[in-house]
Amino acid sequence: MFGFGLLSGLIFLPLVGVAFILSLRGDDAATVQNARWAALFTTIVTFLLSLWAWRQFDTASAAFQLIEEKRWLGGGLSYKLGVDGMSMPFVLLTTFLMPFAILASWESITMRVKEYLIAFLVLETLMIGVFCALDLALFYLFFEGGLIPMFLIIGIWGGKRRVYASFKFFLYTLVGSLLMLLAIMAMYGVAGTTDITVLLKTDFPLSMQKWLWLAFFASFAVKMPMWPVHTWLPDAHVEAPTAGSVILAAILLKMGGYGFIRFSLPMFPDASHYFSPLVWTLSIIAIIYTSLVALVQEDMKKLIAYSSVAHMGFVTMGLFAMTQQGVQGAIFQMISHGLVSGALFLCVGVVYDRMHTRDIAAYGGLVQRMPLYAVALMVFTLANVGLPGTSGFVGEFLSLLGVFVVNSWVAGFATTGVILSACYALYLYRRIIFGVLDKPALAAIMDLSPREIVLLAPLGVLTIYYGVHPGPVLDASAASVALLVKNYDAALAAIKTAALVAH
Amino acid sequence: MTPFSFALAHSLPEAVLAIGALTLLMLGVFRAKDGRDWIISELAIVILGIAFILLFFDLKSNAVIWSGSFVDDAFGRFMKGLALAGSIGALVLSLDFMRREKIDLFEFPVLIVIATLGMLLLISARDLIALYLGLELMSLSLYVIAAFDRDNPRASEAGLKYFALGALSSGMLLYGASLIYGTAGTITFDGIAKAMTGVPSIGAVFGLVFLLSGLAFKMSLVPFHMWTPDVYEGAPTPVTTFFASAAKMAAVAIAVRIVMTAFPHVVPQWRQIIVFTSILSMAVGAFAAIGQTNIKRLMAYSSIGHMGFAMVGLAAANEAGVQGVLIYMAIYLVMTLGAFAAILSMRITGTYVENIGDLAGLSQRNGFMAFCLAAIMLSLAGIPPLAGFWAKFYAFSPAVNAGLYPLAVLGVLASTVACFYYLRICKIMYFDDPAKPFDRASPAVTGVLALSSLLIVLFSFWPGPLVSAAAAAAKSLF
Repeated sequence: MFGFGLLSGLIFLPLVGVAFILSLRGDDAATVQNARWAALFTTIVTFLLSLWAWRQFDTASAAFQLIEEKRWLGGGLSYKLGVDGMSMPFVLLTTFLMPFAILASWESITMRVKEYLIAFLVLETLMIGVFCALDLALFYLFFEGGLIPMFLIIGIWGGKRRVYASFKFFLYTLVGSLLMLLAIMAMYGVAGTTDITVLLKTDFPLSMQKWLWLAFFASFAVKMPMWPVHTWLPDAHVEAPTAGSVILAAILLKMGGYGFIRFSLPMFPDASHYFSPLVWTLSIIAIIYTSLVALVQEDMKKLIAYSSVAHMGFVTMGLFAMTQQGVQGAIFQMISHGLVSGALFLCVGVVYDRMHTRDIAAYGGLVQRMPLYAVALMVFTLANVGLPGTSGFVGEFLSLLGVFVVNSWVAGFATTGVILSACYALYLYRRIIFGVLDKPALAAIMDLSPREIVLLAPLGVLTIYYGVHPGPVLDASAASVALLVKNYDAALAAIKTAALVAH
Repeated sequence: MTPFSFALAHSLPEAVLAIGALTLLMLGVFRAKDGRDWIISELAIVILGIAFILLFFDLKSNAVIWSGSFVDDAFGRFMKGLALAGSIGALVLSLDFMRREKIDLFEFPVLIVIATLGMLLLISARDLIALYLGLELMSLSLYVIAAFDRDNPRASEAGLKYFALGALSSGMLLYGASLIYGTAGTITFDGIAKAMTGVPSIGAVFGLVFLLSGLAFKMSLVPFHMWTPDVYEGAPTPVTTFFASAAKMAAVAIAVRIVMTAFPHVVPQWRQIIVFTSILSMAVGAFAAIGQTNIKRLMAYSSIGHMGFAMVGLAAANEAGVQGVLIYMAIYLVMTLGAFAAILSMRITGTYVENIGDLAGLSQRNGFMAFCLAAIMLSLAGIPPLAGFWAKFYAFSPAVNAGLYPLAVLGVLASTVACFYYLRICKIMYFDDPAKPFDRASPAVTGVLALSSLLIVLFSFWPGPLVSAAAAAAKSLF
C-alpha cells in the first residue's frame, strides 16, 4: 500500500477515519451520527485488517515478521515495524476492543462527539504503534504520545474531579517515561542505533544494565501500574468516561507488561535476575494490599480499578519468574484481563448510563429487573475471580505455576490474592445484583438494550472460549517466549561461568 | 588577501541588509507622512526574504574573509537562516498589531533590519572585536524597539531595564574579552584556541567567565535572566516575539561558536559554567512559570527554561551536542513564533489581552486556534510525537553519552515540572467553560500560527532534512 506494509496500514487506518470525521461540517444530530458510524466503521475495518495480518503471521516462528523499514531521522533511527508472538496478541486485542469502545459511547457521549471520536481514533493509532514498533525511539514516540488523547478524554468527558485525575495521570506517567527516555539515549550511545532487533543482541555491561533496568522499570511500573506507584489509576478510572476506562484498563495498562517482555527481560537479563526479588515483593504487596483495598471500596469503578492493580501483580510476578509457563501465563493473563476488565467497565457503564451514579450503595436487587445484566455481570465477575472455565483461571494458574518452580514462597503469598479476589468480587456482585430491590429509583430500570447485548456478548463468549480452549493465545506466543527464556538462561549461565573463571 | 568580489560574495546577505536598511530609512524620511508608510514594513520583509534566499546559493563553502574577522560556514548559514526567519516572522506578526496600537512608525521595520544585520554579523564573527560590534549593533536596536511604544509606561520601563542590564552585560563581556586578549595575545578565535591549551592561567579563566556571563545575559540564562520577564511583558508583543525568536538565535549561535572554536582545549573550564547555568535555568524556568497569570510572562520563564535545555546539548561539547543545539533552536524558533502568533490573536473587542484566563474554553469558541496553541504548548513541553520532543531528544542524547547524567536527570525532572504549566494552558482551553470570544485575527497572524503548528505536528513524519542540515552545520565547526 503506497510502498508501506500491512502494519503501517494498521497504524494509519484510524487516521483516515480522523480525516473523514474532520471533513464533516456542522454539529447537527445527523452529522454527529455520521461521525459515530464513520468511527465505528474505521475501527471495524482496522480489526479486519489486523485479522488479515494474523492470517499472514506464522506462529511457529519466533522471529519478527511483517517487517518494514524506512529511512527516518537518519543516524541509526529508522521507521521500523514488525511483530512477533509476544506483540501480535496485543495488536489483535487493541483492534478488537476499539469498536466496543466506540459503541459504548454511542449514547452516553452527547457533548463534543466529533472531538471525542477523533481522540479515540488517534489513541488507537498510537496504541497499535506501540505494539508494532521495532525501533526504540519510534516505540517511545507512540508510548508517550498516547498520553495526549487520554489526557483529553479524561479531562473533557470525565466526571467531577476530571482535571485532577487527568493531570495526575499525565504527570505520573511522564516522570517515569522521561527516565526511560534517558536510558534509551544511553543505549543509543552504546549501540549506535535504536533498532530493537540489534539492541536485543547487544550485551550491555552489568553495572550499566542495572541503571537501564531501573529507568525502564520506572516507566513500566507506573504504566502497569505496580504498587506503590499505582495511585493514579483509581483516580483516572473513576473520572474517565466508560470507554476511556475500558481502553485504559484493557490496553494502556498492558503497555507496561509488554514493555517488560520486550525490553527489560531480554535486553537486561542479568539485571532482571538481580532485581526479580524486588519485583516479586512489589507484586505480592500489590496482590494482597490492593485486594484488601478493593474490599472496602464504595465506588464500583474504583473497586474494579484496584482489582486491576492486583491482577497486574500476577502479571509482573509471572514475568519475572522467567519460565515458559510464567511468561506465557503473564501474557495470557494480560489478554484475559483486557477482555474481562474491559467488559466489567462496560457493565458499570450500563448501570451508570441509567442511574448516573457509581455508588454501590445506590444499587441492590438488580436481578429482579435486569436478569440479562445479572448473567453478564456474573460471567465477568467469575472470570475476574479466576474461576476454572473462564479465561481468568488460565492466566493466574500458569503464572502461579511458573513462579512456583522458581520460588514457592512467592506463589504461596500470591495465592491468597486469588481468595481475596473472590471476596471482593462476589461481595460486589451480591450488593449490586442480589437482595431486595427496595430503592425507588431502581423500580423502573430497564434491562440490557440490543446495543448493550451486542457489546457484552462477544466479550462473554471469548472469556469462556479462552477459558476452556486457551490454545490460540498460548500457541501464538509459545515460540517467541521459548526463545526469550532460552536467551535469558544462556545469559545467566554466561555470567555464572564468568564468575567461576574469576575465582 | 582575498579579492573584494570574493569577500562580498560571501557576505552578500549582510550587504543586502545594510544597503536595504539605509534605503528604507531614506524612503521613510522622504516618503512617509506623519512618520507612517505602509510600504516600508512590506519592503523590509522583502529585504529580509532576499537575504534569507541568498543563504542557499552556496551551501558548501567555508570562507574566512574581511581580514579574518568574518567567517561564512555552514554553521553560520544555518543560524543566520533561523535568525532571518525569526525576523521575518516577527515583522509579519507586527503588521496588524502596530497599526491597531497606532505605533506603525517607519522606524520600526528599519530598526528590525538593522538589528538583524547585527545578528548576522554576530553569528559570523571570528574575532572578539567583530563579536562586540555585531552584538552592540543588535543590542542598541533592541533597546530602542523595546521602548517603541513610548507613551506606554510599561514599554518605557522595559526599554530602560533592558538598556541598563544590557549595558552591564556588555561591560562584563568587554572586560572578559580584554582579559582573554591579555592572556592569549590575540583576538581571533583560532589564535585564542592555539594559545589556550593545557591548564589555562587564572586570568584566562576569569576572562572566560566574564565573557560567558555577558553572553548568558543575551541568552537569558539564570542567574542573568532577571530582565527577561519584565521586558517580555512590557515590550509590545511583536517586539517580544523578535526578542524571543531572532535575538535568541544569534546569542546562542555566538555562544556555541566561541566556546567551540576559541576554547576547544579548555572544555572542563567552560563546561562547568554551562552546566551550572543550564541546571539553574531549567529549574527557574519550570518553577517560576507555575504561578504566572500573564501569558507573556509565562513565555518569558518558558524561554528561560528552554535556553537551559538547549545548553544541555552544548555541555556535551562535541559535534553531536552542537547538532542538538541547532535542532533545538530551529524547533524552538517555530514554536516561539507560533506561540506569539496565538498571543497576538488574543484580542477582545479591539483590545489585546494577555491573561491566561482569557483563553478559557477556547476549544469551543475557536477550535482551530485552540488546537494550534495546544499543539505548540505540548510541543514546548516536549511530548511526542510533536517536534519539541525531538528537540529535547537531540539535545539530551549527546549529554547522556558524554556521561553528564546528573544534568540529564535534573533536566528531565525540570521538564516534568514545566509540563504542568503547559498542560494547564491546555486544560484552560479544553476543560474550562468558555469566556468572552476573541475578535477575528488578521490573516497574517493566523497564517503564522497555522504554519508553525503544521510544522510541529508533522515534523515526525519528515524530520530528515532538518536533522541532516543541522548535522552538516555542526560539522563545519570542527
